[in-house]
Amino acid sequence: MLDLILSKYNYWISILLMMIGLYGMIAKNNLIKKIIGMNIFQVSVFLFYISMGKVRDGTAPIHWDRALIYDNPIPHVLILTAIVVSISTTAVALALIIRIYKNFQSIEEDQILKVLAREENKTDS
Amino acid sequence: MILYIVIIPLFVSLLTPLFGMFNRKYAYFISLLGAIITFLFVIFTYKKVVTHGKEYYWFGGFEPPFGIEYVVDGLNLILLLIISFIYLLVIIYSKKSSEKEIEDKRLSLFYCLLNLFFTGILGIVVTGDIFNLYVFVEIASLSSYTLIALGPKRQSLMASYNYLILGTIGATFVLIGIGYIFMATGSLNMADIKSRLVPIYHSKMVRTAFTFITLGLCLKLALFPLHIWLPNAYAYAPSSVGALLAATGTKVSAYALIRVLYSVFTIDFDTNVIPFNKVFVFISLIAILAGSFLALAQKNLKKMLAYSSIGQIGYITLGIAMSNEISLQGSVLHIFNHSLMKCALFFIAGGIFYKKGIENINDMKGIAKEMPFTMAFFVIAGLSLVGVPLTVGFLSKWYLLLGAISQKYFFVIPVILISSLLSFIYIWRVIETAYFKDSNSTKSSSEMPLGMIAPVAVVTILCIYFGIFTELPLLLTKEAIRILIGN
Repeated sequence: MLDLILSKYNYWISILLMMIGLYGMIAKNNLIKKIIGMNIFQVSVFLFYISMGKVRDGTAPIHWDRALIYDNPIPHVLILTAIVVSISTTAVALALIIRIYKNFQSIEEDQILKVLAREENKTDS
Repeated sequence: MILYIVIIPLFVSLLTPLFGMFNRKYAYFISLLGAIITFLFVIFTYKKVVTHGKEYYWFGGFEPPFGIEYVVDGLNLILLLIISFIYLLVIIYSKKSSEKEIEDKRLSLFYCLLNLFFTGILGIVVTGDIFNLYVFVEIASLSSYTLIALGPKRQSLMASYNYLILGTIGATFVLIGIGYIFMATGSLNMADIKSRLVPIYHSKMVRTAFTFITLGLCLKLALFPLHIWLPNAYAYAPSSVGALLAATGTKVSAYALIRVLYSVFTIDFDTNVIPFNKVFVFISLIAILAGSFLALAQKNLKKMLAYSSIGQIGYITLGIAMSNEISLQGSVLHIFNHSLMKCALFFIAGGIFYKKGIENINDMKGIAKEMPFTMAFFVIAGLSLVGVPLTVGFLSKWYLLLGAISQKYFFVIPVILISSLLSFIYIWRVIETAYFKDSNSTKSSSEMPLGMIAPVAVVTILCIYFGIFTELPLLLTKEAIRILIGN
């Protein structure tokens, strides 16, 4: 059992981070904390990709006489794209939170939902 | 040739804020021009694919599996046609509607995002590279979060935020799944992955990849238990955005799901290696019933249409899950038909809001006297949603029923009938209030402006046209199924 954990510890770490992030996104009430959870969640996937491309004793994948064993560059390049996506998502989310704060004077989800529910009852009746 | 389908909306989206600085009207005209050119390119591609069977573009001239490939075959051809057509209509419609709902200074940015959204979904449809698919999913999602947040009410902000959280979870799940596929095969090209996966179907890695990708796409697709983000996002977004999300957003995710299930994995994996399809049939049936029941309870017209969308998505996934030729054809047909119907219905809901400023069904008493053409189109599109013969809705439901019979899933038949009845009830509720209840004030007719009613008229007429002259959709979908099932 211990061997199973130690031999593939990089994947276990990324799973752990993934669960922490997912928990933060679902369970936290504060909108910014949700975004922090989202970032942890995405970073865990990046780590998963990066460790997947690593080869033991591998060098950087460059044209070099001593680069007999080299890492797989594709996952690393893919994750550059995914990092850009993640940053844009965070930027959009933070911009949204600023507008939410201006409109509701709060970034606690339960308070905002209470205000919204009250509004909906008013329009219905 | 195919490259331009994606490149033109992208460039237009970059140009609109630039020209919008000088005059806001330029933003609209450039977008319109971009949409027309994109549509023409799709028509050219259609002619080429019909004669040659397949069109592809290799990035940098690198042969796939090494380079990124764009490919158009029978399956994505039908989606390209419907999406580029709706792109054109939405741009035309949004001129009047967005002038009212969106602040003037944001108007050119609105067109920028609109074009960016279509870049994303056209990209999802044409790409043959699975990581490219993820990137385009994110482009489309990011622009749709912002578009929803532009809505006139402040609820739109929370709707957009919820969609952002759930959409990101979905897209990241897809990313994890792609990672597992890459670990297992070392390839990212869909056609290449398909052949490389066959010998390692019993590996746990492949199954995990499958689970993550389908779950992520189902979140994007708003399949019933994962639908929470959808109703608010559709209801509080600007009218034209609601229409384009309902008509193209979820449909493209459905297309991506079909691609993954049948073009990356094979039908053998979905049914025999893991019993995915059998479970998926039941989930779809629950989605059909739940969507229809929830739609009954809504007071807001747009929310009612949104919940009805959830039910209709159930039909699409049902066809995918039954996985025989006829049901898959019904499913692809339903993607096509539902795009048309929901586009018309959301356009009409937006038009009523534009003219009257009302959203609740109870306030629409006697509205048919004031907006006779609009409500006539609503009746036609609504009947199409119910699935009355001679409309497009009937055709796809008929194929789904035939598919269920040939698969011997007889319990599907009552569910489809009940759900059709339920959809008749909720459409009838609107028709009854609009036609048979007296209005408080008797005003003369106040139709939508021509720029808004013309797209509605075109889509509604197509709803009937393709219901009667069924050759074109049937031909296109048959070609699609031939590719999926493999001769």
